[in-house]
Amino acid sequence: MTITPITIAFFIMAAFTLGGSLGVVTNRNLFHAALYLVLALFGVAGLFVLLEAPFLAAVQVLVYVGAIAVLITITIMVTRRIMGVTESVNRQWPLAAGVSAIMAITLGFVVLDRFAGKLPVAAVPGDNIVRLGEALVNYDAYLVPFEVASVLLLAAMIGAIVVARE
Amino acid sequence: MGEWTFIALLFIISLILPAVPIIAGRLLGPRKPNPLKNSTYECGVETVGDTWVQFKVQYYIFALVFLIFDIEVVFLYPWAVAYHQLPLFGVVAGIVFIVTLAEALIYAWRKGALEWV
Repeated sequence: MTITPITIAFFIMAAFTLGGSLGVVTNRNLFHAALYLVLALFGVAGLFVLLEAPFLAAVQVLVYVGAIAVLITITIMVTRRIMGVTESVNRQWPLAAGVSAIMAITLGFVVLDRFAGKLPVAAVPGDNIVRLGEALVNYDAYLVPFEVASVLLLAAMIGAIVVARE
Repeated sequence: MGEWTFIALLFIISLILPAVPIIAGRLLGPRKPNPLKNSTYECGVETVGDTWVQFKVQYYIFALVFLIFDIEVVFLYPWAVAYHQLPLFGVVAGIVFIVTLAEALIYAWRKGALEWV
């Protein structure tokens, strides 16, 4: 394997992702774990850039590094006495380990089955965001999921307000 | 890949820029600690009570509303980029999407979720 700037960037971003994830699961302070999660999500955005998916990278930063991280941080802030929790292992760990192992095996199998020894494939078209926009509102493509997403967001908003006001 | 080089460069600069004053302060500054200097303060005043207090649940509603409109942006961005190529049907479909989420905003507004209590 030759070392190119792309490979170096990949290893840096992979280190951010894996290091951040390790920080999340090993940290005893829940708030610090949330900050490590931001680091891991940022690394994933970098990996999307290297996969030539700039729109997904922007979405990753906008939604995950931006909104989801804010939501998790604020969830910790508004929960009563949550900082008293210093155990990083509780009695649900065998179940969590099982689910994580199944996820890892499934994803690893898919990657090896699909991409082992071969690199993908056709170049990404330059107007891919325009195509995505057209497909979102095309009757034959993703119109129904697009409109359902708006209803889902409406329901999420109403549900959140009803739950939070109680 | 060209435009990403600048972002990578900015990323590296953004790591260096805050690190330089911190390290320079460590190296150059005199170190004469005493209990008063080492005490925790906030805006020049000594802190009262525990730092890890429970914040008002109001923050949580704001974060949720922000999340929902953030995701709306993600859907609307490709639609807006493709706007000039879209048929009328596609434009109307996008407007239906916006109106549905405007309902969500009106709901949050009328329920007083956007007010600070």
